Amino acid sequence: MTNIEELVKQQTEAHGKTRESLMPILQAVIKSERFLSEDAMVAIARELDISTADVYGTASFYTFMDTRPKGKNIIRVCKTITCHMKGKDAVIGALEDLLKIKLGENTSDGKFSLLQANCLGWCHKGPVMLINDEVYPEVTPESAVEIIQKYLKEK
Amino acid sequence: MDNKIKKVDLIFEKVDYLNILDRAFKRSQDEIILDVIDSGLRGRGGAGFPTGLKWKFAKNEDGDQKYVICNADEGEPGTFKDREILTQVPEKVLAGMALCGKATGANEGFIYLRGEYNFLLPQLNAVIDKFHKEMKKLNFDFTIKIKSGSGAYVCGEETALMESMEGHRGEPRNKPPFPTTSGYLGKPTSINNVETLVFALMIANEGPTKFKEMGTFDSRGSKVFSVSGDTPKAGIYELELGMSLEDFVNEFGDGDTKAVQIGGASGFCVARKHFKETVIGFEGIPTGGSMMLFNSTRSMYNILTDYLEFFEEESCGQCTPCRVGCQQLLKGIDAVKKGIKPPYYLDELQKLSETMRLASKCGLGQSAPNPFNSIINNFREEIIY
Repeated sequence: MTNIEELVKQQTEAHGKTRESLMPILQAVIKSERFLSEDAMVAIARELDISTADVYGTASFYTFMDTRPKGKNIIRVCKTITCHMKGKDAVIGALEDLLKIKLGENTSDGKFSLLQANCLGWCHKGPVMLINDEVYPEVTPESAVEIIQKYLKEK
Repeated sequence: MDNKIKKVDLIFEKVDYLNILDRAFKRSQDEIILDVIDSGLRGRGGAGFPTGLKWKFAKNEDGDQKYVICNADEGEPGTFKDREILTQVPEKVLAGMALCGKATGANEGFIYLRGEYNFLLPQLNAVIDKFHKEMKKLNFDFTIKIKSGSGAYVCGEETALMESMEGHRGEPRNKPPFPTTSGYLGKPTSINNVETLVFALMIANEGPTKFKEMGTFDSRGSKVFSVSGDTPKAGIYELELGMSLEDFVNEFGDGDTKAVQIGGASGFCVARKHFKETVIGFEGIPTGGSMMLFNSTRSMYNILTDYLEFFEEESCGQCTPCRVGCQQLLKGIDAVKKGIKPPYYLDELQKLSETMRLASKCGLGQSAPNPFNSIINNFREEIIY
């Protein structure tokens, strides 16, 4: 059994094999792998006894369920209205320069993905960014760079 | 400070919620519901359906399996109050769910928490564990689980939310049947916004009169507002309903407010000339809490583009008026701005937006025309030149 099949099996045991468990299982795979590989979706479909197309169809609906490889740390900068007004473009520009990638790309070492997201619910403290599940409100280009440098120091 | 703005402290006030529940559980289901109906409380997520009626419909359904859902899929741009409520007073939200469960005859509750708020999970799960023990002491068999979202705005629509909970694409269902008849897994379900549940608990605590005395005939009580944009006082405020937009801007504006977007991206943009006669409430312009202020340095074209990009991305794509309409409105204003289309093309787009309003399946496509029309009508020249 491959690692991903192992993980899917573990998660089906924890959440059950009914259709309602599909979301928690997909979310658990995302948490561990950062994206849903074809192998993962095939394994989930087999465990839940539904078609792989159904699994892909569901996953591809949700913004936070990527079906293409993503970095170990996913940076999502809020782009909606007030964060736009408060300077999210400058934050993204600083991160692009630091990571040497464009918006939507992964770093070549697989450590980071840089994305935009729709409203993250911190409009009074914009611009805001999410790194995986962690929130960083009121970032400036300088503080955003400092935050990423902390992540860079980790393995 | 202008005394026309009345600050209230019901939502964030610390209360002995177990004592409130203990007293409420000694009353009949009908008595609990009647108090909520009598208070005039309407849903605080934006749509404003009378909460007591919703509970009554769910209670009147037959069936031993019913559900309570707390809608914490707060995705409306400019709204951030539910996150704050869940951070500061999570136990009051859980108590509101238990109250709803008791009143409607449900023993299971779910919180549908948007994926963007996953950082709240450890803290919330701890509060839920403690709450389960407390419910046992009160002899009420009621459990709460959290279901997480994964970044889809449309899942805040109640039937899309249930589709998502059931493991499907978050595509809204046809209504009727309404969730109180056939909701999660086809069972009677009362789904309420986070803030609504806390108000229901406070009404059970103090009786309906105090709540009813606040606000206006159509908009009873108070409401938590999320204030953002060009304001020196961005943040969360609980205010009595029924104030005029002028009073609001006098309190929260930066002295240069040119327009206010009431009700988030799906709400209405009001220009300065209409501040005086605009009432914030169900008789005027309702809001799920979002109040975004714009000053004279802002381009309304850029703001409208942001809103339309948001809807274009978040439309679930299930029905044509919304899927194609959102794209075409965005393309259309771009073409007018660039001179590819003549200014009167905006009139054609407004006809399209009327089709979207009438023919879209859910609130997303029906309300995407709101910011479009209100910005075009008030700031047409900024869109064209």
